[in-house]
Formats: sequence, structure tokens, C-alpha cells
Amino acid sequence: MSNVQLDAKIPDGPLEKKWDRYQADMKLVSPKNKRKCRVIVVGTGLAGASAAASLAEQGYHVEAFTFHDSPRRAHSIAAQGGINAAKNYQNDGDSVWRLFHDTIKGGDFRSREANVYRLAQVSNHIIDQCVAQGVPFAREYGGQLANRSFGGAQVSRTFYCRGQTGQQLLLGAYSSLSRQIATGQVRQHTRMEMLDLVIVDGRARGIVTRNLVTGEIKSHAADAVVLATGGYSNVYYLSTNAKACNVTAAFRAYKRGAALANPCFTQIHPTCVPASGDHQSKLTLMSESLRNDGRIWVPKKQGDKRPAHEIPAAERDYYLERKYPSFGNLAPRDISSRSAKEVCDEGRGVGPTGRGVYLDFADAIDQFGQETIRQRYGNLFDMYSHITAEDPYTTPMRIYPAPHYTMGGLWVDYNLMSNVPGLFVIGEANFSDHGANRLGASALMQGLADGYFILPYTLGDYLARTQRDQLTPDGAEFKQTETETKAHIQRFQTGSGKRTATSFHRELGELMIEACGMSRSAEGLQGALERIPQLREEFYQDIVPPGKEDNVNSALEHVGRLADFFEFAEVMCHDALTRDESCGAHFRAEHQTEQGEAKRNDQDYCNVSAWEHTGVDSPPQLHIEPLKLETVKLAVRNYK
Amino acid sequence: MHLTLHVWRQNGPDQSGQMVTYPARNLSPDMSVLEMLDHVNEQLIADGDEPIAFDHDCREGICGSCSMVVNGLPHGPQKASTTCQIFLRNFRDGDDIYIEPFRATAFPIMKDLMVDRSALDRIIQAGGYVSANTGGAPDGNALPIPQHTAEAAMDAAACIGCGACVAACKNASAMLFTAAKVSQLATLPQGEAERGERARRMIAQMDQEMFGGCTNQGACSAVCPKEIGLEWIAKLNREHIRSKLPQAT
Ligand SMILES: Cc1cc2nc3c(=O)[nH]c(=O)nc-3n(C[C@H](O)[C@H](O)[C@H](O)COP(=O)(O)OP(=O)(O)OC[C@H]3O[C@@H](n4cnc5c(N)ncnc54)[C@H](O)[C@@H]3O)c2cc1C
Ligand code: FES
Repeated sequence: MSNVQLDAKIPDGPLEKKWDRYQADMKLVSPKNKRKCRVIVVGTGLAGASAAASLAEQGYHVEAFTFHDSPRRAHSIAAQGGINAAKNYQNDGDSVWRLFHDTIKGGDFRSREANVYRLAQVSNHIIDQCVAQGVPFAREYGGQLANRSFGGAQVSRTFYCRGQTGQQLLLGAYSSLSRQIATGQVRQHTRMEMLDLVIVDGRARGIVTRNLVTGEIKSHAADAVVLATGGYSNVYYLSTNAKACNVTAAFRAYKRGAALANPCFTQIHPTCVPASGDHQSKLTLMSESLRNDGRIWVPKKQGDKRPAHEIPAAERDYYLERKYPSFGNLAPRDISSRSAKEVCDEGRGVGPTGRGVYLDFADAIDQFGQETIRQRYGNLFDMYSHITAEDPYTTPMRIYPAPHYTMGGLWVDYNLMSNVPGLFVIGEANFSDHGANRLGASALMQGLADGYFILPYTLGDYLARTQRDQLTPDGAEFKQTETETKAHIQRFQTGSGKRTATSFHRELGELMIEACGMSRSAEGLQGALERIPQLREEFYQDIVPPGKEDNVNSALEHVGRLADFFEFAEVMCHDALTRDESCGAHFRAEHQTEQGEAKRNDQDYCNVSAWEHTGVDSPPQLHIEPLKLETVKLAVRNYK
Repeated sequence: MHLTLHVWRQNGPDQSGQMVTYPARNLSPDMSVLEMLDHVNEQLIADGDEPIAFDHDCREGICGSCSMVVNGLPHGPQKASTTCQIFLRNFRDGDDIYIEPFRATAFPIMKDLMVDRSALDRIIQAGGYVSANTGGAPDGNALPIPQHTAEAAMDAAACIGCGACVAACKNASAMLFTAAKVSQLATLPQGEAERGERARRMIAQMDQEMFGGCTNQGACSAVCPKEIGLEWIAKLNREHIRSKLPQAT
């Protein structure tokens, strides 16, 4: 008998009224009782920092954990482009409805209407809140907030701070959090990694952590646990994510009974600087705006090693313009990424590794002049030439797709609570709003919507409805979980292997990008499902024991995270194999139109697949949450 | 290319450390300095030795994690760059490279190249915020902010909190870091209400954390990966004086 019950708990009533109604009906915790409630928030990126600060302002006692040395280092800091909101300041026809509709459509009809509508509704409050904190958004001369159109949107709804939007939003949330730390309402635990979730009487009641400096394994108890631990793109080893991003917190929660939803929905961003060799440790994203003026091409001939300027126009293949005449170089992220991979697989890729395509500004420079191009993209060109030592004004840029964002994550209901009572999941770590593909500038929006405006209400409702007690972290469940955590670490210390975590991680990453990346097939996924457990076995056999536990030890940290990635990769492949359709970023080669476009199967797969852990060596069990699209009409995407 | 590294190794805060020499062979000029350390660490790990500890994360110059002194310069020999964004093509084949932690009383060494920079967080906690609780904020456009004001605030706000300014300063002063935050919020109308109090409290915290005073040498700004300008220190001084005036908030 399975323990997983999926009830999305969507409030009744018309779509536009659901959130209002929820707020009217929710139960409140009295100020006196709030002081007695303790909430653990794991992760202090955009989602976690905003949630921790807001909960503390309401009067809850918050324990905030991060493996970073400061909340300001979270991966959110790297977001460049901007954050969406339905303000319609530009009077170009935007509205809550339109943002909602675009998000559902962008997700290829694989997300919940009620959640997405609420996201669009609260988006406007986020901008107001951030302005109030002193986030220096770009302004027009008259002092009004500036907007740009981003990621192919037809309206200008993206707010930005130069190319550092994530940084400024995170510093805003961090400053609010810092204020609460100073009052003592939040207790901060830095350089502390959550290694397990503790469940008491069927509810999430605490976590077990490892102090990354002293190695101490310790339990912490609370009335509820919030995971805001980010995404898992690093399962591919090379991605645009920060090096430390990992799936451990979410995965350990999964192993304790939380369902993982749509793990195969991962976004591969088309415009990244290609790897320069085997030493490459991570990939750098280049803003997608470059595709507005750059033309993408590869040589027509396989293995053509001539420098770009020696290849005449007739021998170049502007493949996006050829295949998608109306969208051309602005074809959606998944299509551009896949096409780049295809031409490289055909042996027509450029650059030292053969995994790259040209993004050429020569025509734009001819047309508009170098100065205009410098004004538009100067800082991006500088960044590129800084990394590659090539001058994009004279030599075409080289780009290649890189894993960037993960739409999948822990399953949550309308309250952002997982199927484990008391375990809430926010930000990139949950699966909730982006369906099978995420629109540009919507992740920051979702993280802050969850943290500032949704969780602080829904968590209160949960606490108000739950019998509370003063639990201390010394009960049997805590001791048991601690023992298991220690045993897990010990498992790596006994062998006499010779390979490093990085070498295994690289191999897993290559396997995953091939089998479960831009294009997937039943055959490839079945192969991966055979290979991953073998590789995992080799990993346990051949890994070099990571050594000291009572000190800073990056080898030990990496081994632990990688062990979870290995098991998680299997769940991803199961998910990709079971979803026998193409949708959004999930492209199953068997399901494409004659033009090579993704072909959805709404009849059978208009749903969420949520996976339940059954054991390391047995396949996970699938649970289905059907998606009822009541407001939006299913439509076929057409980018010809 | 081949390089010879001399790296500071220190087991813990209370222990003594020393420079240790490592040959770094078969490197690519396209590697970053951090990738070179990865390369050396791979060998150390494979040999069962302890890897060199260093902070890093984004590897694209924005998180402020990486923090080491390379050949005598915080972050290394390239202007406006963090260590993660400095590539080996800046060095010559056969070079010796010296890598040390950021050194300052307020930044105790935790291990090898890893230092504790939580003092910077405590300066922010002392007042580097606008007290705006979530909810009830007025419409973002209700308060027009001239473009040049927003841009100036953004110039200051670009600080990544790496602490290179402290490491470069002979007094180990955190004036540039503190100035950046105080100035961002003093430039914007949202910061007005707490303006004086903020400057006073952040400066007091800075002193309490054992950062040194500023003698206007400008080493901080010279090594700053985000090129935060010295004019903000002038502004901080002005804010501090202003906060002592009777009418100041
Ligand atoms: C290069 C880049 C550019 C982007 N640009 C944009 C953009 O322009 N617009 C947009 O909307 N989105 C963008 N995104 C996506 C967006 O930045 C992220 O989805 C978002 O910031 C995630 O925020 P988060 O709070 O969920 O997670 P994160 O910011 O990743 O934070 C995770 C937190 O959890 C902590 N943590 C994780 N695991 C543990 C553990 N086991 N124990 C303790 N702590 C743990 C970490 O320390 C960290 O504090 C971009 C992403 C990348 C990679
Ligand atoms: S690693 Fe983030 S700034 Fe260098």
C-alpha cells in the first residue's frame, strides 16, 4: 500500500477568486502562539531568504540553514535578465490574465491553472515590495520603472537591474533577512548542510545537518520544515548553475516519502559559452537577447575546419532561419538548443571541441554599425572576450546549449506543502508553476512569490490547524536519522578506490545529457537505466575515501552529493521514459511532427507524474495527478 | 602549459600555516585559476591527500565567494576580475604563482585559502536594510526615482561582498564595503527614514569587528572586481558627519 496521496487542495470557485477565497478562509495563528512556533527554512536563496524574513516579521521563530558562508552567495545571485510582473506599466495590453496564460502556454499545458494564476496575481506585489526595500531597478528618465521584453514575450513586463537582477533581488531579500537576524527572530546557520529530513508521527519535524567546518552531525526540531534548496541542473555535471547546487535536500526528503514530480522536465539554455576542454568546471550563460541580432550558423560540410571568415556564405547553413523561417534565430529555447545539438551530432559543430555553433554579428554590424551593436551588447561582448580571448566584433561568437533550470522538483499542493505533512517546498526546488518549460524571467518571480506572498500564509494555516507540542531533537526518530546519516558517510570511508568524485560526476553528466538532455528516446533512456546502476556500483567500489570528517573537506561534500545525484538520475530517466510524449523541454524523438516539432499527447499525458521512493534497487512508483485545464484551451505550438 | 604553485596550507584557525609547493602540469591557457586548483586537487584527492580548501561557487564573478590573493594581489593580476574569472593565459608557461588567503584580523582563516567573512554580514545586520516589512508596499511607480539616481544607487549596489577591498588595504579597513551599502540606500528616497541611524550603526559595527580605519590610499577600489569607486567612501564620511548633526534622522 502506497503512502502517497496526491490531493492538490485547490480552493473552489472561479479561477480569479480562488486565492482571495483561500485567504479569507484560512486559519490564523494568534500573535502569542506564533512566538511559540518554530520553523526550519533550509536554503537562503531568493525563495528561502524571502520566506524566512517574512515569517520572522510575522512573529514566528525561524531557524535558517544554508551551506554557503552567507545568504548572499546563493545561486540566485547569478540571475541576469530580469523578473516578470503583470504591471502593464507600458500599457501594451499586459494583465494578470495574460501573464497567467503565457505561463501556462509556455509550460506546454503541463502546470496547474490555480497555482499559475495566483503567481501572476502576486507578481505585482513583488515589484512593490522590492522597490520598498531599495532594490535599484532600472528607471526611465521621468523616474518610472523601466521594462523590457524578454524571452520572446509580446509585452514588456520584465523588470531589471542592469544585467544583475538576481543579485539585487537577492540582496534585497538578504537585507530583510539580516534585519530579522539582528533582532534574533531568525537564527542563522551558515556552512551547514541538511543531510536528512526527520519525520515524527507522519509529519516533518526536523532535519539532520552536517557542519561543514567541524563535521558535527546534529538534529534540529521544529513545527514545520521548509525546503528552498534550489534546482538540480548539476546532475548533468556541466551546467550554468553554481558549483555547489545539488539535489541532496530534496532527494533525502524523497527518500523519506515526499513525491518527486516531473523530474525529467529540465531546461537547456541555448546561448552559453561552449566548454573549452576537459578541464571545464561549469558553463557560463550569455544573455538570450544576443539572438535578437546575431545569426546562428554552422558550415554545411562536415568537419570543415576553416576559420569562420574563410567559409563563404554559400557554404554556411543558417539552420534556424532555414528550418523556422518566421522565428528564425529567435526560435524558442528548446528548439534552438536541440537544433544546435543536432548539427553538432552531424559533425558540423565548430570550435576546439566541435560542440559549438556560431552566433555571428557581422551582418548586424554592417547594418547598424559597430557602435550600435556595442551599445546593445557591449558588456556581453566584453564578458565573452574575457572568457574566450576572442573578439566577437570580428570573429563570430561560439555558443552551445547548457542545462540551466529544472522545472521538476518535489511535488507540492496549492499550499506549497508536499505530500508529507509539515514539509513545504518553495522556489526552484518544487515543481509547481512552470510545467514542461519555464519562460525567461519567471523563476525569480516564482521564488519571491512563494517566499514573500504565499508560504507565509499557507504555512500559518497549516500551523493553525495542527496540534503543536514542544518537540526537542533528542527523540528516537532524530537519533535514528542521525545514525543513518553517519552510516551513509562511513560507507565511503572504507574502500580503497582510486577515482575521484569529479571523474564520476563528469561521466554521469555525459550520460545524462546524452540520454535525458535535449532529446530523449526510449532506447537511450533504457540504456541509461541499465548503465546508471552499474556506474553507481562502480562509484561505491572505486571512489577514493574522502578522508577527514572533522574539518572542511570538499571531497567529502562532493561524494555525498554525487551519491544522491546517482540515484536521482535514475528517477529522472524513469520519468522521461514513462512520459511517452514530447512536451515543452521534454523532447521524445519518437514523438515529433514531420517538421521535427514536439508532439504532445494531451489524451494520455495532460498530467503530473509524481514518483514515490520504494527502495534504492527497486524502481520508483508512479502516481498521477491529472491536470484539469478549465480556463485555458489546449493549443499546439507553432513556430514555423 | 606548466606552472609551479606555492599555496598557503593551514589546517585550522588556531594552527600555523605555511606555503607548500605543487607542480601544476599540463594546464590549458583557457583554464581559470580555480580550474587550475581543481586540477591540483584532483591529484591530491586521488593520492589520498587533503584537497586545498577554497571558497567558490558561481564561477562567473558575481557570488563573491572566491577569495584569494594571487601573486600579491587580491583576486589576482587582472583588473576588475574575481579569481574565478582570471584565466591562465594571463600567466607565462613556467611561471611561479603564489596563492594566499585574504588576510585581515576580521577574516580569521578557517582552512587553507578559506576565511571567515561573516563580519561583513554583521555590518549589514547592523543597518544595511530598509525596514520594510513584507506586504503593504505602495505601487512601485508611486515614488518616481530619477534615472540618474537609480543608476548611481546601482553603481554602489553592485558590490559582491567578496572582501577584496579589506584584503588589499594596509589597514584592513572595510570602508569601501560599508560605503557601498550606506551609499546605495542614502542615494535612494526609500532609505531616507533610517539614513542617519544606518550610517552610525554600520560604522560602529565595522569598528567592533576590528576592521581598520581608512587612510585614503585607494587600494580597495583598485582591486575591486566591480570597480566600486572611492567617491562612495567620501559619501560615507559625509553620511557619518551628517548623522551627528542634530536634525539628522
Ligand atoms: C546563470 C543563470 C541566470 C538566470 N537568470 C534568470 C533570470 O534572468 N530570470 C529568472 O527569473 N530566473 C533566472 N535564472 C533562474 C533563477 O536564478 C533560479 O531559478 C532561482 O534563483 C532559484 O532560487 P532558489 O531560491 O529557489 O534557489 P537558490 O538560489 O539556488 O538557493 C538555494 C539555497 O539552498 C541552500 N541549500 C541547498 N541545498 C542545501 C542543503 N542540503 N543544506 C543547506 N542548504 C542548502 C543553498 O545554500 C542556497 O542558499 C537564472 C539561472 C541561472 C543559472
Ligand atoms: S566563484 Fe563566484 S565570484 Fe568567484
